[in-house]
Amino acid sequence: MIRSLFIVAFLFVAAATPLRAADQADFPALTGRVVDELGVLPPQSAALLTAELAAHEKRTGQQVVVAVVKSLNGRAIEEYGYQLGRFWGIGPKGANTGAILLVSPNDHKVRIEVGYGLEGDLTDAVSSTIINQVILPRFRKGDYAGGIASGADEILRALGDDLAAAPPVQMQQRPQEDDHGSVGSILFTFLIFALFMWLARRRGGGFGSTILPFMIASSWSSRGGGYSGGTSFGGGGGFSGGGGSFGGGGASGSW
Amino acid sequence: MMRWSYSQVRLAFLGLCLAAVLSGCGVNDVPRLDEQVKASWSEVLNQYQRRSDLIPNLVETVKGYAKQEQDTLTGVTEARAKATQMQLPADILNNPEAFHQFEQNQAALGGALGRLLAVSERYPDLKSNQNFLALQSQLEGTENRIAVARRDYIQAVQAYNTQLRTIPGRWIASVLYPDAKVKETFTISEQAQEAPKVKF
Repeated sequence: MIRSLFIVAFLFVAAATPLRAADQADFPALTGRVVDELGVLPPQSAALLTAELAAHEKRTGQQVVVAVVKSLNGRAIEEYGYQLGRFWGIGPKGANTGAILLVSPNDHKVRIEVGYGLEGDLTDAVSSTIINQVILPRFRKGDYAGGIASGADEILRALGDDLAAAPPVQMQQRPQEDDHGSVGSILFTFLIFALFMWLARRRGGGFGSTILPFMIASSWSSRGGGYSGGTSFGGGGGFSGGGGSFGGGGASGSW
Repeated sequence: MMRWSYSQVRLAFLGLCLAAVLSGCGVNDVPRLDEQVKASWSEVLNQYQRRSDLIPNLVETVKGYAKQEQDTLTGVTEARAKATQMQLPADILNNPEAFHQFEQNQAALGGALGRLLAVSERYPDLKSNQNFLALQSQLEGTENRIAVARRDYIQAVQAYNTQLRTIPGRWIASVLYPDAKVKETFTISEQAQEAPKVKF
């Protein structure tokens, strides 16, 4: 009897273990609001930019980041851009108010990738104007730092114009996706526990009744960890994406 | 109150474990993936709609500068009419004929638009028109959104169809969701659909 219980419990644990493929692709790590793989930005201008972007997020809840990447790995910048945005999860989850100024100097490509929630403010036409009139002229002269800094400024300006009208986005949003599942799972685990306590009391314990609750507990904790890219930004510490998503909005340019 | 016998408890416990095992291998996966497919399909339709909404403005703008390109302009207008007038049957995702018709109409519209943008290359006045530039960037953005929406749809369908065709999803579906059918996905390549890139 105890053996059969053990086997069933093992099956349960095996089935509940999430089989999520590591979809890491080949994107750079999100080390801050300004990710500069090639070091084209002097430290003080990167710091200034970071402060500006942080202030903007504090004011509006919108996340704008700058990424200078080594290579697009043979992909079109339009494809790379939205996938990078989704991978990093820029922008608060649900509101999706994030944007990326993506530059790949080695491919001579630049793109403003706009999250779903900002497509109304930072339209394709506005993004295209910023790229063609502000960024590209500087890039063509080899002035990456100037092009990136003034491009980011223009992006913030385009977003700032609408600040009075749009209600500030709720920060620190928690992902609420799996609420029903969580409640169900908690209830379910509780039921199993209760059953076990009762069973153990009746039978006076044993191998199955001591080990099993732990196995179930461990399986529960692995099930519960569905979303870990949560929002811990806002304070002074590290920076992470809020889980926002992208749908291909924005504009690109090349030089 | 009646006291439960040990064997009854055991039965109840085994039942609970069975339920857990089943939910672990995904009794809910078929409806969940189905909803994902539907959502991403709506996004595809939404983006195609957005493209066709941009066209009248674009055609008007180009007309002002390039009257002699009547054939190309008519081509776009007709392709748009054909794409928007098609009645989409409710079961389009399970209906290969209608699905491919839809796909072909949209591809034809994409091609006609590409030709229109290509001929506008020849008109310097048009190329420096602010309105045209804005429309062009919006059109490019929309083509890109269409590409993203199509890719998301293809992935959603792939997950759904895999669930329906592999074990144990196949058994679960045959018992619990006998109506679930494998869904159609895009076959014409994105390249064929994308408007040719216009260089300035």
